[in-house]
Amino acid sequence: MRKKRISVVLKQLCCVLLCLIVIAPFYMVVINSFKPKAEAARMSLSLPTKWMFSNYIEVIEKGKLIQGFFNSLQYAVIATIIGVIGAAMAAYVMSRRRTRLNKFLYYFTLCGLFFPVNYVTLVKVLNTAHLNDTKFGIILAFTSAMIPFCVFTIYSFISTIPVEMDEAAVLDGAGSIRLFFQIIVPMLKPTLVTCFILQFMSVWSDFLTPLYLSSKSRLFPMTMAVYQFFGKNTSYWNYIFADIVLTCIPVVLVYLLGQRYIVGGLTSGAVKE
Amino acid sequence: MKKKKIYPYWFLLVPLALYILFFLLPSLLGIFYSFTDWNVRTVDKLEFVGLKNYIEIFTSDKDYISGIGHTLMFTVVSNIVKLIPALFLAVMLHEGLRGKNFYRTLLYLPSILPFVIIGIVFRSVLNYNNGLLNSVLEFLQLGFLKQKWLSDLGMVWKSIVGVDAWRGIGYVMTIFIAGLGAIPRTYYEAAQIDGANFWQRLRHITLPMLSGSIMINLVFGITYGLKVFDIIYVLTNGGPGHATEVMTTYSYQMYANGQYGMSVAFNTILLIITAVIGVLIVRTMSRKEVQQ
Repeated sequence: MRKKRISVVLKQLCCVLLCLIVIAPFYMVVINSFKPKAEAARMSLSLPTKWMFSNYIEVIEKGKLIQGFFNSLQYAVIATIIGVIGAAMAAYVMSRRRTRLNKFLYYFTLCGLFFPVNYVTLVKVLNTAHLNDTKFGIILAFTSAMIPFCVFTIYSFISTIPVEMDEAAVLDGAGSIRLFFQIIVPMLKPTLVTCFILQFMSVWSDFLTPLYLSSKSRLFPMTMAVYQFFGKNTSYWNYIFADIVLTCIPVVLVYLLGQRYIVGGLTSGAVKE
Repeated sequence: MKKKKIYPYWFLLVPLALYILFFLLPSLLGIFYSFTDWNVRTVDKLEFVGLKNYIEIFTSDKDYISGIGHTLMFTVVSNIVKLIPALFLAVMLHEGLRGKNFYRTLLYLPSILPFVIIGIVFRSVLNYNNGLLNSVLEFLQLGFLKQKWLSDLGMVWKSIVGVDAWRGIGYVMTIFIAGLGAIPRTYYEAAQIDGANFWQRLRHITLPMLSGSIMINLVFGITYGLKVFDIIYVLTNGGPGHATEVMTTYSYQMYANGQYGMSVAFNTILLIITAVIGVLIVRTMSRKEVQQ
């Protein structure tokens, strides 16, 4: 009994220590974002001597954050909606009609899980299509990159939906589109939400795609805006930290709201293999 | 039931077209252009140069080849550093600890943040003079452990792997916890009755039953490691000197310098490495499906 108690205490200590290691940088960033410049540069964990809420207002202006925020939002929302719904349609047909061709197409799509995106030639392709340095081009790049992961996740889920559902709906006179959007999509909801959340967060966090594909600052998402700001104002840690806090808030919110789905989705993908 | 009609092929059209046009086509074009002298000046009149770009990468005195070595080293080391602790953490949390859900939520949190942000934050945390890490060490009377985390040649890779582990362990752990949840409790009860100790249970029940989760973590971990860019770009930008260059950072540098041919050659080498690993993985996966 005593031995068990000691082990529980040790485990708790270990977890608390790890949590502290995770939290400390967050705390340092938040607390220093409210300090005056010189104090923030010392990066200490003490409370600010003077709370500078104005840091935030200034950084929103100087860092072009409003524009960055709306760019990020557009990229993440539009790319993810097209990507997830498109991938679901494809995964559905591939999973239901297991012809040789469809099996090939499934594994063909899975290759995208491993391959690196070749951004240099992607720029060229977009140039040829007159889409380079446009929002639409960036959205297309994001959408295409998420298709393999979404197909992979949704495919295994579809096989758990009984085919009898489809048959019943068809007997009731539903066409393929109605069958898919009215019967299948509602049943796929948990995976679709998982894919949506995971991909939303990964587009929001992405840095490489806009680094290659946007040369104009009006196209920059928040991550690029922060990095640019960091490059130009290396000594203004108070602004940099405020900028970081503002960039993180949306993803942290989406994470906390959609947490249930993230864990659930990872489970269905991971366990079934 | 007419499958053709209820599962029409045109459902595949848009996603496959996007995937092929904006993902596969650039990769294939990359292979093609890696044999040309494509750069800022030759855009209009490309010439084939055969293997010249590759010869340059493998024999140049600029040590590009170490970039390939670093990529492979990072892939192996970062996975070991994340997977093993994450497994023990997952087992620990799964066995039921008060506050389990809270720990899980918190430990997962870093992995959702943008790499750029993590990079900038750790540029500050690892700052030699007043960064958080050195201050904490000093406060704990461990000043002798202070390091120039990001500029000391012997230290810089350890710092990068450390930051990467800080970010990634929670993610790996979450997938393991999900896998552990699917192992029937009765197995452990039976093992307990037979007097199996912790290591025996781990070796004979947990690990074999977790093979799916381990596989997923390895797939994500390996592909992530080979393609790693953001965190290194922001933390060290390949420095000090070229000590932490990886293939993607070289590829970006070449692109920024206008040496597009060299850039795509790097990308093609990376493509071949990932393709070989990918084929091996997809093969084992499809074989599994046949068995089921």
